[in-house]
Amino acid sequence: MRITTDYVIQFLDTVAARIKEQRAYLTELDSPIGDADHGTNLDRGFSAVVAKLPTVADKDIGTILKTTGMTLVSTVGGSSGPLYGTAFLRAGTVLSDRYDLADEDLVAALEAALAGIMMRGKAQPGEKTMIDTLAPAIDALKSARAGGADLVTAVREATVAAELGMQATIPMLATKGRASYLGERSIGHQDPGATSAYLMITVLGEVVEQIAAKASS
Amino acid sequence: MIGMLIVSHSRKIAEGVQELAEQMGQQQVLIRAAGGMSDGTLGTSAEVIHAAATQLGSTPIDGLLVLLDLGSAVLSTEMALEGFAKPFVISDAPLVEGAIMAVIEAAIGGDLERVAAAAERTKTLRKLLG
Repeated sequence: MRITTDYVIQFLDTVAARIKEQRAYLTELDSPIGDADHGTNLDRGFSAVVAKLPTVADKDIGTILKTTGMTLVSTVGGSSGPLYGTAFLRAGTVLSDRYDLADEDLVAALEAALAGIMMRGKAQPGEKTMIDTLAPAIDALKSARAGGADLVTAVREATVAAELGMQATIPMLATKGRASYLGERSIGHQDPGATSAYLMITVLGEVVEQIAAKASS
Repeated sequence: MIGMLIVSHSRKIAEGVQELAEQMGQQQVLIRAAGGMSDGTLGTSAEVIHAAATQLGSTPIDGLLVLLDLGSAVLSTEMALEGFAKPFVISDAPLVEGAIMAVIEAAIGGDLERVAAAAERTKTLRKLLG
């Protein structure tokens, strides 16, 4: 599969639209265990990204993703700013000077993004964070690829793993972020960051499906 | 001389702590506030923190102590100070108490280690005696 700059822009625009749609839901999830701003913060950040994208639309994918990361860092306002910001900056660094991507580039960029989040947040799987969505999703993607699946199938499996990972945050005790201040009371709530990460993985899946549909038509 | 940076989700809190600490520092300690987002809303911004730190870094300070409130203030500060040219410590101390004890130590010429330790000791500071 060949993923061009246009599709990267489409991915970012669609993530922004999805977050805007789900803004109230993300904020509602953040109310019992955080400061009730995850949806508002991410919407502010991705709206700023959408406003910035036309200025880099003719640049390489690395520049587009790095611009996305820097914009999130300076506009989100909560921990998801430095976390998603670092993720996009790391992915952008892996894809410097590239105008189209092959399947393995997508996997490498996702791995770099996850490593960036884990580094920035000093967090591991099982701590009720976005990592609990992203780590199993990337593992599923890689193992499907290793088993010979095409990218569409592999991303479908990743999306299922992401959803399960997101739901698995419900019984977890938070040890990172504001939710950790609540201790035991953080148990029983789905993590907002894991939820926004799931939205991004579903959008990635949709874009990959579209590219595949277009290639076969 | 050690400089101090006050990071908070709220611009008012950061500026208020700066004001309070400056009063104790007798104009001898450089303190900057990096509170809220660039548009004044609540939140922390690595960009706002980076700008304030860069400004402090361009003065003749020997080191920087950062005091912060909570949550994303930590991540935003860590990101903002990546590559900062002078020695710095991000303090785990309570913001107000830490800033006041640190500025007192900084005003008498304490080095970064001493200033950071003065802030850190406020974790067990008792306000109510007896």
